[in-house]
Amino acid sequence: MSTAYAQKNGFFAGLWDYLTTVDHKKIAILYLIAGGFFFLVGGIEAMLIRIQLIQPDNEFVSAGLYNQLLTMHGTTMIFLAAMPLIFTLMNIAVPLQIGARDVAFPFLNSLGFWLFFFGGVLLNCSWFMGGAPDAGWTAYAPLSTTSPGHGVDFYVMGLQISGAGTLIGGINFLVTIINMRAPGMTYMRMPLFTWSSLVTSVLILFAFPALTVGLFLMMFDRLFGANFFDPSMGGNHVIWEHLFWIFGHPEVYILVLPLFGLFSDIISTFSKKRLFGYSAMVFATVLIGFLGFMVWAHHMFTTGLGPVANSIFAIATMAIAVPTGIKIFNWLFTMWGGSIRMTVPMLWTVAFIPSFTLGGFGGVMLAAAAADYQYHDTYFVVAHFHYVIVGGVVFGLFAGLTYWWPKMFGTMLNEKMGKLAFWPFFVGFHLTFFIQHFLGLMGMPRRYWKFQPDQGLEIGNLVSTLGAFLMAIGTIIFLINVVMTTMKGEKVSGDPWDARTLEWSIPSPPPFYNFTQTPLVRGLDALWVEKRHGNGKMTPAEPLGDIHMPNNSFIPFMMSLGLFIAGFGFIYQVDDSSFLILAIAGMAITLLSMFVRSVKDDLGYHIHKEDLEKGAGSE
Amino acid sequence: MSAEELKQLKPGQSPHEPEKATLEGKNKFLGFWFFLGGETVLFASLFGTYLALKDSNLDGKPAEELFGLELVFIMTMILLTSSLTSVYAIYHMKNLDFQKMQLWMGITVLLGLSFLGLEIFEFYEYVHHDGHTFTSSAFGSAFYTLVGFHGAHVAFGLLWIVTLIIRNARRGLNLYNAPKYYVASLYWHFIDVVWVFIFTVVYLMGKVG
Repeated sequence: MSTAYAQKNGFFAGLWDYLTTVDHKKIAILYLIAGGFFFLVGGIEAMLIRIQLIQPDNEFVSAGLYNQLLTMHGTTMIFLAAMPLIFTLMNIAVPLQIGARDVAFPFLNSLGFWLFFFGGVLLNCSWFMGGAPDAGWTAYAPLSTTSPGHGVDFYVMGLQISGAGTLIGGINFLVTIINMRAPGMTYMRMPLFTWSSLVTSVLILFAFPALTVGLFLMMFDRLFGANFFDPSMGGNHVIWEHLFWIFGHPEVYILVLPLFGLFSDIISTFSKKRLFGYSAMVFATVLIGFLGFMVWAHHMFTTGLGPVANSIFAIATMAIAVPTGIKIFNWLFTMWGGSIRMTVPMLWTVAFIPSFTLGGFGGVMLAAAAADYQYHDTYFVVAHFHYVIVGGVVFGLFAGLTYWWPKMFGTMLNEKMGKLAFWPFFVGFHLTFFIQHFLGLMGMPRRYWKFQPDQGLEIGNLVSTLGAFLMAIGTIIFLINVVMTTMKGEKVSGDPWDARTLEWSIPSPPPFYNFTQTPLVRGLDALWVEKRHGNGKMTPAEPLGDIHMPNNSFIPFMMSLGLFIAGFGFIYQVDDSSFLILAIAGMAITLLSMFVRSVKDDLGYHIHKEDLEKGAGSE
Repeated sequence: MSAEELKQLKPGQSPHEPEKATLEGKNKFLGFWFFLGGETVLFASLFGTYLALKDSNLDGKPAEELFGLELVFIMTMILLTSSLTSVYAIYHMKNLDFQKMQLWMGITVLLGLSFLGLEIFEFYEYVHHDGHTFTSSAFGSAFYTLVGFHGAHVAFGLLWIVTLIIRNARRGLNLYNAPKYYVASLYWHFIDVVWVFIFTVVYLMGKVG
């Protein structure tokens, strides 16, 4: 209950600070480092895949290794790169955009990160322990249940642990947005990024438990002799397909919706205009979220569910084009007549619009169930989902990281270098994936290790691989930009973009208590309202008072570490039952940590009014 | 959160809803409801799996021969009663009567324990008398996974409530632990609701085929 915020120095003090932090801005940085690392790992895997396919009959990697690379590329990019990087953006922006001092559950925020982190590490340990999972990121049974070795076991345990972290993160943001908004921040005044984070969190809440169950069933089948997916024992592997896609389809909206919101914020900021059709955008976001749950069986048109089911899911799928179209047009109308500044975030955003729209066209084509019998499991599908996921999510992450970089680190990424990174990535992206539509229509199946010469697939694959190299070059330039910016460390003001929303009303980086006084919100784009009609600063909604802060905690790390250890135990008890000791020990560490958390009062501490006046913590 | 909130609440004192009197309490309350929403999807997925596989018993006994309704009926009554006793506990919490709240929470734990004991006995009988195991057929896997997940929830809930009762025995009700008791009772009701569905979908539908 003290006013303890004395800064300790030194590497280990800093490390310990990050291991125990419950500050959402530091957790955002943790997510950025871990997610960025896994993004590079997934990118290297992608490059190896593309090098293998640079020419027909290539022998660059073996067939078995190719399957592992393919599986790990998909799994890593979705679960360990895109998801955490989105949590980076949500952690840095959502509490600040709604004028909150903190998230609703700082402890759980930290727990969510460490669960994701240890799950990801466990999954990647498989590379060094006899082979990675090799049944595709969808891990369809019976391919996955009969896959030899422990690769798929690592998939099951790793995703289970990191999935729990994501669910916790989702609940945290739901409660934060609903309960912690500043006075005057009504729902219809929330920035679109916060709105889409809210809808995304609902999707996480209802989608991830289906994955949890699917992974449990898979775990029971592989590790404990259950028969869910074994037809000879009465099982049915279509159950896996359903459970996986009940999770998996909403997952693509979980990935892309926050970035839709981000693009809305960026477009209105750099067009110097209020977002066109704000309420229609909110409605479209909610509708996309809802429809995202209704369409999972479009992944299963060829499974044999019958024409009635296929028709219903085809129509529901195509219906998503309507709210998405609303969004596309509203973005265009926001730019129309605006005074546009082509900054790096805006560049990625403008590039996103046609790229994502092209991906959407492919989506409507795939949604036609009858035609899907032709496209299914070809490169057309690969082209489609990379168009939406790279063209939507990855472009959005580049835009968002550049946009909020000053808020996170107090320095500005170099604009020239940013544009230099953009162009090779943008050109490379279209070179890589546009041609894959045609490869697919020509009959090239996805997931194949080799293609044969003299089938007309050589040039397409060569172009695709060259494009991938260009994307790698773009990524490397972005990394160089990050390193150079960090080394230079030029300080910027709180509002370097002349932006519209609340996060820009406080210094960069913000003090650890965010807002010294909770701001009073007087309209949509709260800061812009003050710039136009006030003195350019937020009016405080409360007198200066003591601020309550949560204590740091090492318990989230320990809880996640326990599950990590137990994961190994569960996997290897199949070979040797003495590994059960490891499983029990790991679970004991986790449960004991939970017990300590329960019985130890953690009341946090207060920053006193007098210290705030002296500017404590604002660095 | 302050020392003020750790001060024991006594009858006759405001607030009327101690579980929602602080921002932390409000957050816990809402967050826990959302968590239960996620748990609902979890159990819905397990129910769906069970319904798909319940007739895949291979050579083992089918559901209508296996299940005996007498035991399950007693278990149901015990668990429903435990939900009622936890309501009494929360009723006394709202009246800031700490001792009575502890007492009724304790009774809830005893009822939960007897439910769990009967469930273990039931599983033991199936395995040793009917050869109905986790690995004998897809029906077995689905049955033990669904009902076992519920049983694990009961066991976890018991550990949780016992920890609460012991931890707070000597310091009474305050604004810090009131939300904890409240969400524990929500959890307990959720377990009860899930069991009502298990009783219907697994046992009653199993008997009538």
